[in-house]
Amino acid sequence: MYGKGILKGLSVTWKRFWDTYTDDISWMLRGKKRYNSDEGIRHRSSKDTKGIFTVQYPEEQLIVPEEFRYVPFLVYDEGADGKKEVRCTSCGICAKVCPPQCIWIVRTNDPSTGRPVPVPTDFFVDMDICMNCGFCAEYCPFDAIKMDHDFDIASYQRNVYNLEKLMKPASYYAGIRPENYTREEEARKAKEAAKAAKAEANAAAA
Amino acid sequence: MENEKLSLPNYTIPEDLQNVVAITTLDRLYNWGRRSSVWPLMFGLACCAIEMIAAQTARYDMARFGMEVMRPTPRQADMMLVSGTVTKKMLPSIIRLYNQMPEPKYVVAMGACASSGGPFKEGYNVVAGIDKFLPVDVYIPGCPPTPQALIAGMIKLQEKIDKQSIKHVTWYNKEKKDGNYVPMPILGPDLIDVRRNAEIRDVAAAKESA
Amino acid sequence: MATPVLTQTVDLAARFPGKVSADARPGYAGIIVNKENLVEVATAVRDEFGFDLLTAVTGVDYIAENKMEVVYHAYKTTGGAGLVFRVQVERVDPIEVPSLINIWPGVDFQEREAWDLYGIKFTGHPDLRRILMWEGFEGHPLRKDWKEPFFEEEVKPFKSRWPDGQHTFAENKNPFRDNLNFPKDFDPEKYVVDKEEDLYMSLERDTTKDVEGNMKTDHIVVNMGPHHPSTHGVLRVAVQLDGETIIGLKPVMGYLHRNHDKIGERNTYLQNIPYTDRLDYFNSMSNNFGYVTTVEKLMKIPVAERAEYIRVIMAELSRIQNHLIFIGMLMNDLGTMYTPSLYAFEERELVLDIFEAVSGARMMCNYFRFGGVVRDIPDFAMQKIKDLVFERLPAKTDEMERFLNENEILVARLKGIHVLNAEDAIKYSVTGPVLRATGVPYDLRRADPYSIYDRFDFDVAVRQNGDMMDNYLIRFDEIRQSLRILEQAIKQIPQGPINSQKAAYQVRVPAGEAYGRIESPKGELAFYIVSNGKPNAYRYHVRPASFVNLTAVESMCKGSKIADFVALLAMLDIVMGELDR
Repeated sequence: MYGKGILKGLSVTWKRFWDTYTDDISWMLRGKKRYNSDEGIRHRSSKDTKGIFTVQYPEEQLIVPEEFRYVPFLVYDEGADGKKEVRCTSCGICAKVCPPQCIWIVRTNDPSTGRPVPVPTDFFVDMDICMNCGFCAEYCPFDAIKMDHDFDIASYQRNVYNLEKLMKPASYYAGIRPENYTREEEARKAKEAAKAAKAEANAAAA
Repeated sequence: MENEKLSLPNYTIPEDLQNVVAITTLDRLYNWGRRSSVWPLMFGLACCAIEMIAAQTARYDMARFGMEVMRPTPRQADMMLVSGTVTKKMLPSIIRLYNQMPEPKYVVAMGACASSGGPFKEGYNVVAGIDKFLPVDVYIPGCPPTPQALIAGMIKLQEKIDKQSIKHVTWYNKEKKDGNYVPMPILGPDLIDVRRNAEIRDVAAAKESA
Repeated sequence: MATPVLTQTVDLAARFPGKVSADARPGYAGIIVNKENLVEVATAVRDEFGFDLLTAVTGVDYIAENKMEVVYHAYKTTGGAGLVFRVQVERVDPIEVPSLINIWPGVDFQEREAWDLYGIKFTGHPDLRRILMWEGFEGHPLRKDWKEPFFEEEVKPFKSRWPDGQHTFAENKNPFRDNLNFPKDFDPEKYVVDKEEDLYMSLERDTTKDVEGNMKTDHIVVNMGPHHPSTHGVLRVAVQLDGETIIGLKPVMGYLHRNHDKIGERNTYLQNIPYTDRLDYFNSMSNNFGYVTTVEKLMKIPVAERAEYIRVIMAELSRIQNHLIFIGMLMNDLGTMYTPSLYAFEERELVLDIFEAVSGARMMCNYFRFGGVVRDIPDFAMQKIKDLVFERLPAKTDEMERFLNENEILVARLKGIHVLNAEDAIKYSVTGPVLRATGVPYDLRRADPYSIYDRFDFDVAVRQNGDMMDNYLIRFDEIRQSLRILEQAIKQIPQGPINSQKAAYQVRVPAGEAYGRIESPKGELAFYIVSNGKPNAYRYHVRPASFVNLTAVESMCKGSKIADFVALLAMLDIVMGELDR
């Protein structure tokens, strides 16, 4: 029969249309929130999703995985009296590994000795060249540069970020990437402990 | 918000008329209409175009902002979403499309490539940012911006529209009416921006022989 | 990893004494053919030795030796190792090499590309115009002595970035304050613009015969694109029409030519990985796969066992979402505005969620590293993969089939349209699903297995008719086979390290050349890399599937209606990022 295939296809659209109501109703009957709740968003991103698939940004947001990366930022530790101690030592590995070469680092030189000091004077990332590849964060040996989760950074002009604008506290980093943060902190503590033990051993030997 | 205050009328509604009458300024009404139906021009250049399509599909659904009506003809479009790398070879077509769009028109540079050339900036066939030719209203960093980031950028554009006042907009101003016309660049030995002809000639003449 | 032996030098040297010589350079394989004997040898390669599929033609500029080289990679469609042969000519203009277009018409675009980017003149090529740049462009950009306007240093990393990296815009370093370079004493006002007469003249030669039985009408030339809602990206096609019937057609490309090769030769090997993401931007995982396999071939390093499985899982997931999008987009172009693509995009989003969880980005994954992958699959992502592979995707594929396959309008639009026969397909070097739909069971996962594909039990999807309908149906077959591979891979995946190498931002790549190819969802995606032992590739060439598949488009659509041509573009599944690079 001519038209059978079309009808068969329409049954699929019809089922899809119907699903938009069944799911909502079943959630409502169970007294759960399908919208504006983490559970609802998670459900809509799972294998069981049917019906309305939309996540209504900006009212609700997709739950991004920990590894999600957008643009880089610099991590600083909050030292005593609220001083921002940036972790970056201006070693330049991120600038070297950056594929589109969008990182510029000004190293600080000690005025009295002329030797480099492990703190950057300034740090630039041209956000309009950055390709969000995450190499800088991946190869940074000091866990100083990390990839951000914040994507709402559209603006009315070109975006060249300097040191000031790039810095974010370690607590923020711990918030967006808890697992990575814990792992790195543990590794760092183990390293420091090993160092201390070695120093002790050296002292004992001497 | 300072700008919101600007467009509010300096008038309080009498108590018995509250909930019956609403007062707005012409600006707000005008901008409300425009911000809620920003129709993009239907064209995609590169990777970002795929995310633009994704933003139009079920999960992100730009239709919630009145931006789902992709117009294949520039004559019906309000916004040019430059989604991807602008190459020199493509540029004349983009300029032509822009010139054909009626006022008011907006340009959104989506992603790093459209904003400044992005990772391909050093390439010989890449225009280092569409802002060299067109007035860009919103820059959205990212490579490519995720659909949510694109929508965040669109909200920025809506905020910009909100701030415009009918008194100052150029498209009703007879003197400035053609202010947004951009002459077509020419593909020569390299891309020739005809507005800079004299400069190009001078620099080329001063060049040391190759 | 099984690395097939690439050459059969013995036979050819014996067959053509004095006309060919073995390539003695360390790390190189294949034979060098004398320029004068190229056509003769190539004919024998095809007819006597059975290498019927010429996949890649590219130039290499050996400026130190003052040589320009053209490298040919030929394979057998029955599978097995390939044959490399090359021609070397003096690097003095005009550089001339005989064209092989009469032996393998599939070299058409690739020879034009070599002319455009290297200035190698292929004598005998009937339509040797620039292909990626425009006529009138100054210079041949891939030559080693050609410098782009924003040229900063020969190789990355640039010294100006560190330790004293004050931010500067690249524009400020160029005398024209932009990405421009003009020859000395150039006067823009006196410049005569190229009117593209060559392009339209190249169409002219096809107008000799009239379609029989039709009323005699004037032929008109229509330019579709580069801004056209139904060209897949910024492709332009100049079509010559008799009424609604296509009688001649030339694709014009380069509107997204982002200088991938030139930038790739400046990048370090590692820096190239994120750039390959942007080739075929639907399948960054597959692109990564192809690139790292090629470099691993050069480096001669093993891949961690678990990483091999992860790679296969990612590549196959990528194939599934690509084919789903293909179906959605094909329907879009046929006029089924949006519903099928909305359904397809829903599944794609779920696949992209997995990519995002493992790699951090939805589209530009940058997930593969030399020797393995960057990080392990987190548990929740593994669960998601299982959910999709075992439950959702099979059901949704069935639903899609139920939704579309029997639709009478769809069948009428697809059945018997744009038939490509196997012989032509091989002649035009077509690969991928388009070739398999013509009845040639040529799938690199079987024909020339890479990675661990030889461990999986799957069938090569083949259809026999080569028309649009078969091209459409074969995508469903491939989704099913990918699901089969995925099921096995998920069950077999071992625990263990995910990289055989230590994480390092610079890798040592010994001198030599490598041609690595994988079965990307669009066809054969290959990388040709020449290393001279430095941190950067000396020659980095991508052999994109879309670009070569498009060679067949002209012969496929002659005599059909222009409305069907839109569907043909969708059927070839071209993606401009890969096509133009």
